[in-house]
Amino acid sequence: MLNPLAKQVDPNMYRYDEFDAQFVGERVEQFAGQVARRLSGELTEDQFKPLRLMNGLYLQLHAYMLRVAVPYGTLSSKQMRKLAHIARTYDKDFGHFTTRTNLQFNWIKLVDVPAILRELADVEMHCIQTSGNCVRNVTADQFAGATDEEIEDPRPLAEIIRQWSSLHPEFAFLARKFKIAVGACEKDRAALQYHDMAVQIVKNTQGRIGYKVMAGGGMGRTPYIAHVMSEFVKRDDILAYLEAVLRVYNQDSRRDNIHKQRIKILINAIGPEEMRKRIEREFNEIKRAGTMQLPQDELDRITAYFTSPKFETGLSDEMPQAGQDFANWVKTNVSKHRAPGYAIATITLKTPGQVPGDATSAQMDVIADLMDQFSVGEVRVTHEQNLVLPHARKKDLPAIFAKLKELDFASPNAGLITDIIACPGLDYCDLANARSIPIAQAIARKFENLDRQHQIGELKIKISGCINACGHHHAGHIGILGVDKKGVEFYQLVLGGSGAEDASIGEIMGPGFGEHDIADAVERVVNVYIAQRKDGERFLDTYRRLGMAPFKDAAYGKVAA
Amino acid sequence: MTKLIKSGAYAQDVYAPVADDAALPDGPVLVSLARFNEDRDTLLARNTTVGIRLQSSENPEQLGADVHHFALIALEFPKFRDGRAFSWARILRTRLGFIGEIRAVGDFLYDQVNYQHRVGFDAWEVSDNFTVEMFQRALTEMTNVYQPSADGKKTIRELRAAR
Repeated sequence: MLNPLAKQVDPNMYRYDEFDAQFVGERVEQFAGQVARRLSGELTEDQFKPLRLMNGLYLQLHAYMLRVAVPYGTLSSKQMRKLAHIARTYDKDFGHFTTRTNLQFNWIKLVDVPAILRELADVEMHCIQTSGNCVRNVTADQFAGATDEEIEDPRPLAEIIRQWSSLHPEFAFLARKFKIAVGACEKDRAALQYHDMAVQIVKNTQGRIGYKVMAGGGMGRTPYIAHVMSEFVKRDDILAYLEAVLRVYNQDSRRDNIHKQRIKILINAIGPEEMRKRIEREFNEIKRAGTMQLPQDELDRITAYFTSPKFETGLSDEMPQAGQDFANWVKTNVSKHRAPGYAIATITLKTPGQVPGDATSAQMDVIADLMDQFSVGEVRVTHEQNLVLPHARKKDLPAIFAKLKELDFASPNAGLITDIIACPGLDYCDLANARSIPIAQAIARKFENLDRQHQIGELKIKISGCINACGHHHAGHIGILGVDKKGVEFYQLVLGGSGAEDASIGEIMGPGFGEHDIADAVERVVNVYIAQRKDGERFLDTYRRLGMAPFKDAAYGKVAA
Repeated sequence: MTKLIKSGAYAQDVYAPVADDAALPDGPVLVSLARFNEDRDTLLARNTTVGIRLQSSENPEQLGADVHHFALIALEFPKFRDGRAFSWARILRTRLGFIGEIRAVGDFLYDQVNYQHRVGFDAWEVSDNFTVEMFQRALTEMTNVYQPSADGKKTIRELRAAR
């Protein structure tokens, strides 16, 4: 530990009671039985596949990959240490934080899976529904409970959704996967509009809190921005409404073509108006049955787990001075907290040259220490594959920064051009057409110069190694899509996407660039922006003003940028 | 070979499956939706029970008030990944108030039996190597549930409130 006096701190987050513990424990033994049946040959791989996927177990290029759920991205230090322990004991000493705020182990042996699941259950974690054609792990705004922008903490609702969707008997064999995200402010850090379904906590004109529900967003080979299904669902109706959306989807989705079975395809085939009508009808039927109403006392009970930590009062709200490096880091990686004297600190797992989202066991252990010492035992995982210390005292930030520097996680690049999202790509994934990680590394190295990064400002690069779009390339200000052309990897540029509150789908520029040219092409595109931007414009704003043409000309070398 | 498990025990299947173009035999029959629509009045006028077998794309709501004429509704799983029948069973039980037999037929796995039970199935057409003991085990692997369904089982929320 950093400080021998630092004790493990239990943060205010959901804790299992005896029912949750029994549920997860039995689920572990159930899955252990399925693994045993597979190992004995009783189950064929075809029969085992949907069962293992429902428990987050993929068969990848080299080994099994196990995806651990991090519900709404919230982890305690105890859980972080357990993940480090599992990486050390059963994997190659590292884990990978994903764009769904989960953690993946890439080198797992099937026989070890039951033991790993038991270890996870010890710290109230599981792999339930982290893959498969079911409701996936629920994600939320990583600044939940810490930002003053939110109407209320979105995590209690996310936890209620987690419980409702866990082994839901009606929706365990949907047409395709179903991803839900929850947000609570206008600012969208959780890519709500790119989800199968998203809930935004809102206030209506009478000042009542309720839920705006969107559905039909998604990436993949046919990207769509979600449509609003209801502007305002009353609090106690929310599960009835979500159940209605799922039922309409389960009933009416195509089942004849795996590429056309997400809810986005259904909604865009029948039209959002017709979808709203079908949901409304189902919603009224469910309400009539009455069993899905969410009682206030249950909402209160869950909310109580997420009570704010006791923030110290009387702290100075001034940012400490600790040199230029620290000031740079504060500029990009530190955000406003709702309590005076506190800040939200983003740890980017994106040091130029490293694999985006990867952390070693040793790094996870030190982060756990930082959590205990400086952030009431808590960390958040973001969909941009970073970590967040949600409750740091400003006066502690220099010490935090110094520790992160030792870990090589102190890059002052949150939201900048080197804060790249990348899927595992062909280095790990058997769906991929091209590698993502080396491209992310090459671009990060090209723009390594900090002054230049800060001069460029907010610019989100997102890289996918195939059209499944796990690297969110459609939502990148600059997206990169790896394709395979006769055994050679090529990279297409996609410009103008956004996964934030101003969501948009990026536009494909044209033919791809070779592995060694793509970083240069990105640089030429960025140079057009630098030359053409007006006051205060982000890359995205300049692109939206100018359109594709000047960027395309420069990227293909038609004009000197 | 297939056999029937009903109400937790092996059971005799009394229904004769009838092809769409075959003559109706005496005794209880199991027909498709197409056959039912074709011969509705004849089928209902017979003094025997009638079962209907619905494909996974056939929503039982379209049966309307006729739903209560059936003693058996067999819901088909064309492949185990097709989960539409989970919703059909749930709707039959909780919305349409169907109290007859709901039978799972086709391609489904041991691991789906508990989900089927929860949404309202009470009979299973199973392969020969599937035993009643396996069936009972499938229903008891998970003690408690988080969400209400058609089985009337108390949810974890209700159990918490009753503590």
